[in-house]
Amino acid sequence: MRRLLVATCLGSMAAFAVGSAVANEELIKMSQNPKDWVMPAGDYANTRYSKLNQITAANVGKLQVAWTFSTGVLRGHEGGPLIIGNMMYVHTPFPNKVYALDLSKDQQIVWKYEPKQDPNVIPVMCCDTVNRGVAYGDGKIFLHQADTTLVALDAKTGKVEWSVKNGDPGKGATGTSAPLVIKDKVLIGISGGEFGVQCHVTAYDIKSGKQVWRAYSEGPDDQLLVDPEKTTDLGKPIGKDSSIKTWQGDQWKIGGGCTWGWLSYDPALNMVYYGSGNPSTWNPKQRPGDNKWSMTIFARNADTGMARWVYQMTPHDEWDYDGVNEMILSDQQINGTERKLLTHFDRNGLAYTMDRVNGELLVAEKYDPKVNWTTGVDMNKSSPTYGRPKVVAQYSTEQTGEDKNTKGICPAALGTKDEQPAAYSPDTQLFYVPTNHVCMDYEPFKVSYTAGQPYVGATLSMYPPPGESHMGNFIAWDNKTGKIVWSNKEQFSVWSGALATAGGVVFYGTLEGYLKAVDAKTGKELYKFRTPSGIIGNVTTYEQGGRQYIAVLSGVGGWAGIGLAAGLTDPTAGLGAVGGYAALSNYTALGGSLTVFALPQ
Amino acid sequence: MDWLHAPEHFPTNPEDNLLRKIWFVGAAMIFAVSGGITLAADAVDPTAVKSEDGKYFDKEGTPTFKVAPDGTVDWYTYSGYRRYHSECHVCHGPDGMGSTYAPALTDSVKTMSYGDFVGVVASGRKNVSSSQENVMPALGDNPNVACYMDDLYIYLRARANDAVGRVRPAKKEDKPDAYTEAENSCMGRK
Repeated sequence: MRRLLVATCLGSMAAFAVGSAVANEELIKMSQNPKDWVMPAGDYANTRYSKLNQITAANVGKLQVAWTFSTGVLRGHEGGPLIIGNMMYVHTPFPNKVYALDLSKDQQIVWKYEPKQDPNVIPVMCCDTVNRGVAYGDGKIFLHQADTTLVALDAKTGKVEWSVKNGDPGKGATGTSAPLVIKDKVLIGISGGEFGVQCHVTAYDIKSGKQVWRAYSEGPDDQLLVDPEKTTDLGKPIGKDSSIKTWQGDQWKIGGGCTWGWLSYDPALNMVYYGSGNPSTWNPKQRPGDNKWSMTIFARNADTGMARWVYQMTPHDEWDYDGVNEMILSDQQINGTERKLLTHFDRNGLAYTMDRVNGELLVAEKYDPKVNWTTGVDMNKSSPTYGRPKVVAQYSTEQTGEDKNTKGICPAALGTKDEQPAAYSPDTQLFYVPTNHVCMDYEPFKVSYTAGQPYVGATLSMYPPPGESHMGNFIAWDNKTGKIVWSNKEQFSVWSGALATAGGVVFYGTLEGYLKAVDAKTGKELYKFRTPSGIIGNVTTYEQGGRQYIAVLSGVGGWAGIGLAAGLTDPTAGLGAVGGYAALSNYTALGGSLTVFALPQ
Repeated sequence: MDWLHAPEHFPTNPEDNLLRKIWFVGAAMIFAVSGGITLAADAVDPTAVKSEDGKYFDKEGTPTFKVAPDGTVDWYTYSGYRRYHSECHVCHGPDGMGSTYAPALTDSVKTMSYGDFVGVVASGRKNVSSSQENVMPALGDNPNVACYMDDLYIYLRARANDAVGRVRPAKKEDKPDAYTEAENSCMGRK
């Protein structure tokens, strides 16, 4: 079937650069088949929405476990498997195994890949040895290993076709994010914001692994891949040296802005979208300036990497609010006009709705009412501070200063949402967002930089918002009005990627280990099942042999595994209250398994 | 093991301070590896019996904490709290309580001597088996850690002995002048 498609494409493309268009057309076509799940977010738009509708709000209560699979690894399991025809590709955290399972043969392991990596990379990974999944394209499975090796595996055999080093773990660069295949290239970001890495997104040729372009988050214009005249920020050209002007001296060289989140792509516009992370260090006093382009949404030409537009959400970050969360692309009407939108739920607690063609800011609203570090974004186009968040002095760690503890900041550094991706249903035009409901104290102090060593410079303590005992919410969000439609309380942060389906059901996982199904319209809980360990993976669906399946990795860990394993403290209530915010370790233990659900036959 | 923490035994050139710290850490390592230090922290009474420039020592001469009846902690305990939550907590969890992938240091220091502690922090350790891969990095050449080794130890020792709780110590002794001086030279500041 795929062969046939490739052949047809080849015929019609004749003189064009062959590999490129073929892989692209193939992937677009494949992502439109709801039986498969061919890219990390299901589609290029990162909607995490499936047209499958066998499982509905009416029957999801009868869901049962169909089969399970142990990965053999006991670390935080983020991301989710890919499903292509009969094959399922399951990845693991370090040592980054990949299993190819044949779904038509009782999940027999067709091949297994296990790289040999220096375990010294383990402690260089800031927050557990997670990996957010593999990508498919051109008959290959692409994996970004912890040691930053990007490897292309033959999807049929697991044989290594090529591999390339994307960074230097000796300097703190690591690989955690999932690649994305666009045309004849595979794109990948890099982690290391707590080690002062100058981070980038890089495109490699899918046939050879040769680097095609690399775009840094900070640095001179030729490293940023920007055009001072044509690249715009809220409609205005960014001008020359837009990044290095906003750093002191050479600090941009250890500036962070890491790119460990998700990549989105609009084939019609040929633009790729992603966000950059925190500027290094966490001590804002040590890096005066806006620190561009950390904390920024980038829209780039997929062929050349050249930036079309940028928007910095949190200039001169003072709280570690990385901007890496996914960009969800949707086509919706606003005030009667059809718009190509980009919706982004930032760590800083604001949800942004933008025009993805030109980067116009349409909506910026808090998606947790407890967010207090800002009173909101200046939406007045003629204001000199247009597009900037208004910072509340009381919660500014810059203004409070070094060696002083700024208390009661909401959200905490892990953000109102972290990497756990939201879902969008075109049926309801709602976004389903897993969120954290946690506040913090933050004390910055001076640190010195040593290559390959942590470069943090702040002390944090985290706790639920005063007067509340739950630390997470699962919400439905209207991106046109910037309002919460419904909100379900969760005891712990919701650290699992959501899934929306045409059956009117939305799925997500919890840190205690529950897979939950809720009504897309009302949020009413319809089903839950306790998997072997806490869930920080993303829920996936596929169809095999006429049955719709729901799959999710469990295996507690990640950043959620740091604070919550021990339980958070409430500094305002003293030690007696600790028990009130019970530790996650009272609910779950390490694990590593895939649980797959279906309706009874 | 008095000499381990007695500053007067070291060269006094401030430029050499980090180097000195690293050397000192290396020396401690040799002890740890050869089993020269076997005393467990909980086997020793942690009560402070003397102090030197705001740093307290138990009767064995090992650095320790001092908490006044009104809850005021010594500077090192407070500083250790801050440094711990910058450098260590991303793996070892808040307040030394551990995470899903690194042990709770409030427990570890109960059975670990001062020398072992310093050695492991400086040189790292690996615990890699077929079911588990835990790796502690070598932090000896990271001034943000190496210059605060005693602060970290004293804070965790206080935690292990339930002398301070899970939250930020509310009251602290002033930063000793000698401490500021040593810190600046160790961190290479003027």
